Amino acid sequence: MGILSRMSTIVKAKMTQFLDKAEDPRETLDYSYEKQLELLQNVKRGIVDVVTAKRRLELQGAKLKENVNKLDQQARQALAAGREDLARTALERKQVALLQVQGLDSQIADLEKEQERLTMAESRLAAKVEAFRTRKETIKAQYSAAEAQVRIGEAATGISEEMADVGMAIERAEDKTEKLRARASAIDELVQAGTLEDYTGTTDVVERELAQISVSQNVNQELEAMKRQLGTSQPKQLKEGK
Amino acid sequence: MIVRISTEGQYRLPSAYLDRLNEVDNQLVEVVAKGDRKKFDRLLDKMLKMVREKGQPLKPDELVGSEIILPAPGTTLDDAKALFTGDGLIPG
Repeated sequence: MGILSRMSTIVKAKMTQFLDKAEDPRETLDYSYEKQLELLQNVKRGIVDVVTAKRRLELQGAKLKENVNKLDQQARQALAAGREDLARTALERKQVALLQVQGLDSQIADLEKEQERLTMAESRLAAKVEAFRTRKETIKAQYSAAEAQVRIGEAATGISEEMADVGMAIERAEDKTEKLRARASAIDELVQAGTLEDYTGTTDVVERELAQISVSQNVNQELEAMKRQLGTSQPKQLKEGK
Repeated sequence: MIVRISTEGQYRLPSAYLDRLNEVDNQLVEVVAKGDRKKFDRLLDKMLKMVREKGQPLKPDELVGSEIILPAPGTTLDDAKALFTGDGLIPG
């Protein structure tokens, strides 16, 4: 079975929950309409959740950037006081914080996209719900109970499919927000503990090692630059830099 | 025929493209089996692009069911695997 037919099966399965039948088909129409309005509310809530998660990441990014500046200051102070070891530690933390900032930026962009997607889904669904309402009223006014269900036929399928799809879009956005929220909490904890050891958020050994190498290279470069600025660079120390 | 791109919307696409969609669909199945992520992304993009370029977006107030439903843009190979194991696009 291909992906396309699998998709159809999944969407159809999700559609059934919106196609509950009452005894009087006209009640079915009203019931369906209520469900549509409910879903519309859910999309709105979903958008709010995404926006909230995005704000949180943005705040965290701002805090991290502040941290970067502070650590840079501290490194300078430490070096001026002749504490190269301390300066090195501060610079290491600064590099790690910078990596986290980069990660946050791409996650924020991701949520931005999700927000856009849900907003479009909301306006699409709103238009379809309104079309359904009009159709339903016309049918209720013109046809007997027995005919109403038949008359609404395609429209009912169309709206249920839209609802199933919007439902999936909400689930997907929720899933993403949830993951990013968890990651944001993890970073918060690390920042508080002052460790921030998780350079890349990856479990890939090679990537991790590479990140560590780039962190220590950047630290060495920054340290040398700071020394030159402070005029404390000595030939002996330069040779150590291999 | 009416084609839906999941989470994006519906398009009216000439039936002549059905064969081409099926062709890419078959390739996608193979790629999922092989676990080739890059090729999966490329094929999915190709499929979505075809529908967007050759199809006409449905007016938002049109109420019709779709004959074909495509996965959402950004669907990953892992998502697709979950599709086949019956968890649906989003597990749980």
